[in-house]
Amino acid sequence: MSVVIGEMLIKSSSLQSLYRQMLLIRRAEERLQKLFADGDVPGFLHLSIGQEAVAVGISSVLGVADTVSSNHRGHGHALAKGVALSGFFAEILGRADGVCRGRGGSMHVADLSIGMLGANGIVGAGMPITTGSALALKMKGAGNIAAVYFGDGALAEGVIHECFNLTSLWALPVLFVCENNGWSEFSPTERQLATNLEKLSASFSIAFSSVDGNDVVAVADQAGKFVNEMRDMPSPRVIECQTTRIRGHFEGDPQDYRDKEEMSMMSERDPIARARSQLLAEGLSDLWFEQLHAEVDSEIDVALNLAKRSPEPTIDSLVADVYTPRLGVS
Amino acid sequence: MSEVRYLKAVNQALYDAMEADDTVFVIGEDVGAAGGPFKATRGLLERFGPGRVYDAPIAEAVIAGVAVGAAMTGMRPVAEIMFMDFITLAMDQIVNQAAKARSMFGGQASLPLVIRAPHGGGLSAGPQHSQCLEAWFAHVPGLKVVCPANAADAYGLIRSAIDDPDPVIVVENKTLYAAKSELPDDPQAVPIGKATISRPGRDVTVVTYGAMVREALTAADQLTIEGVEIEVLDLRSIQPWDEAMVVSSLARTHRLVVAHEAVEAFGVGAEVVARMADIGFDELDAPIIRVGAPFAPSPFAKALEAAYRPDASDIVRAVRRTLA
Ligand SMILES: Cc1ncc(C[n+]2csc(CCOP(=O)(O)OP(=O)(O)O)c2C)c(N)n1
Ligand SMILES: [Mg+2]
Repeated sequence: MSVVIGEMLIKSSSLQSLYRQMLLIRRAEERLQKLFADGDVPGFLHLSIGQEAVAVGISSVLGVADTVSSNHRGHGHALAKGVALSGFFAEILGRADGVCRGRGGSMHVADLSIGMLGANGIVGAGMPITTGSALALKMKGAGNIAAVYFGDGALAEGVIHECFNLTSLWALPVLFVCENNGWSEFSPTERQLATNLEKLSASFSIAFSSVDGNDVVAVADQAGKFVNEMRDMPSPRVIECQTTRIRGHFEGDPQDYRDKEEMSMMSERDPIARARSQLLAEGLSDLWFEQLHAEVDSEIDVALNLAKRSPEPTIDSLVADVYTPRLGVS
Repeated sequence: MSEVRYLKAVNQALYDAMEADDTVFVIGEDVGAAGGPFKATRGLLERFGPGRVYDAPIAEAVIAGVAVGAAMTGMRPVAEIMFMDFITLAMDQIVNQAAKARSMFGGQASLPLVIRAPHGGGLSAGPQHSQCLEAWFAHVPGLKVVCPANAADAYGLIRSAIDDPDPVIVVENKTLYAAKSELPDDPQAVPIGKATISRPGRDVTVVTYGAMVREALTAADQLTIEGVEIEVLDLRSIQPWDEAMVVSSLARTHRLVVAHEAVEAFGVGAEVVARMADIGFDELDAPIIRVGAPFAPSPFAKALEAAYRPDASDIVRAVRRTLA
């Protein structure tokens, strides 16, 4: 269900639809996990299992004309923004019908037609891009905003200083979304950063909020509050989502650097299990869940089958699209 | 037709492009109220206002990032990097983001952004304010690089760069800013990728660009006294470059010198030479000679810098060698 408010499309943020989206991301990534284990996914695969509530909660308050930019762990961000499932799978499998024709892969899923400006292989690089996107949106004056997802690891990158400064100085509508999962690769956050995001935000006079990033309603509510303010009066906001990276940094990561306690604590915080108990408490039946799961799984099956049937890119497409073809200009 | 300073042509191009298309905006350090560190953006703030002319803080990574993100969101940004040396701080956004977005996203994106960067020595500005780094960018698939040598080309290439759907690095030589040359009353765009013959000649082709064109023309005047006529070929665009024009000139002269202000090793000249050693091999009557700066950082002391920078006399010597 969706309602149109002015130019902006605000998706229904009812818990049922948020749950469905989280489930779709989870199941899609679980399929990728299996495909990777079977050797069918080339390259690196960074799964966002455990972090779905952030992408879904944030996207629930964005419209197509709002932009998002993401990082290496961006499957959920892309799907929540509305990237088509079959093109998404085909891209990660390196097929011709991938959203990026198989030239980007998992770390570069993008769909500019719906304002998804790309996942990114460079930690922190989405922030300057989003700053520019927000400037363009502000110049257009239609009340749209630009969101950027980044991990706690990106807090140590120099560009955050430049972007916090510029967005604050010029009142640009950037929603900085930090997914703090406590890890950057194999190192804990506390060994990476001598300050914290709240202090960083405060020193640039940017409004900050920390939320439980595994509570999809909490994320959606806070994001909604921020985004409404930003549409009325452009300026940046920071939302720090405390979340959990349930899988390794990448698939194949043995995770010998994490202890059992952390692992068991994470499953207690699972955002999907949590939303499910909320829905059960609201009176939804087991049957409702069964049906929904079947529906989501069959949606994934259809998309994945399409993706698997897509051919490998042709070798002559290798040098296509390096530049934009121009009629009459050689 | 009137004689104008190169800087005036740059300014005029920016002004006309902003008049023609209101998605064009300018961003850089001191480009607004101060009119630009070299005054290339003088008057733009007054005419177009702070919503189109952005005085940025000293933050090259986000200046380039603003260009990338704004280009992805429907604008035509023109970013100025005060000295080309400072572009090192913007490399991720230029090389990993701007250059790759189109290919990496399967052709979904065109990033019509321009980065203007003054290069070159001659001002005793020292090792971090004098470099010619254009070869780095020419090496990156997805970027275009131009380096105009006179006012008409500065105007025409900047207009083409702003109109271009892809990222273009416009390299302007600082010592040319004050130089006067002719600009037509109704100046036209100059296509990217097309070289020009600045002076025809039958004996040796001298391929060059930017401020070295002037040196090559001086060399031509000296050599003509010796009865040697060099053909001065101004590339104007470095990526893509006009291979066809170079090979056709070589087919007339059978001798080739490639000259640039940048360090000789691994430079633009190396690419031109390698291509001509391949597709122009049958035309060559002598080894190809490069003229470029020595393999050392650009020095500060006047005498050292004068020795460092290649000039007309170096071109004359190289031409004589190809004829020896
Ligand atoms: C500029 C840069 N440096 C290093 C890396 C290698 N790298 C990829 S992900 C990562 C950790 C990022 O941690 P965080 O931002 O917290 O994201 P998370 O993986 O936890 O989601 C690193 C160091 C990179 N891709 N880019
Ligand atoms: Mg992390």
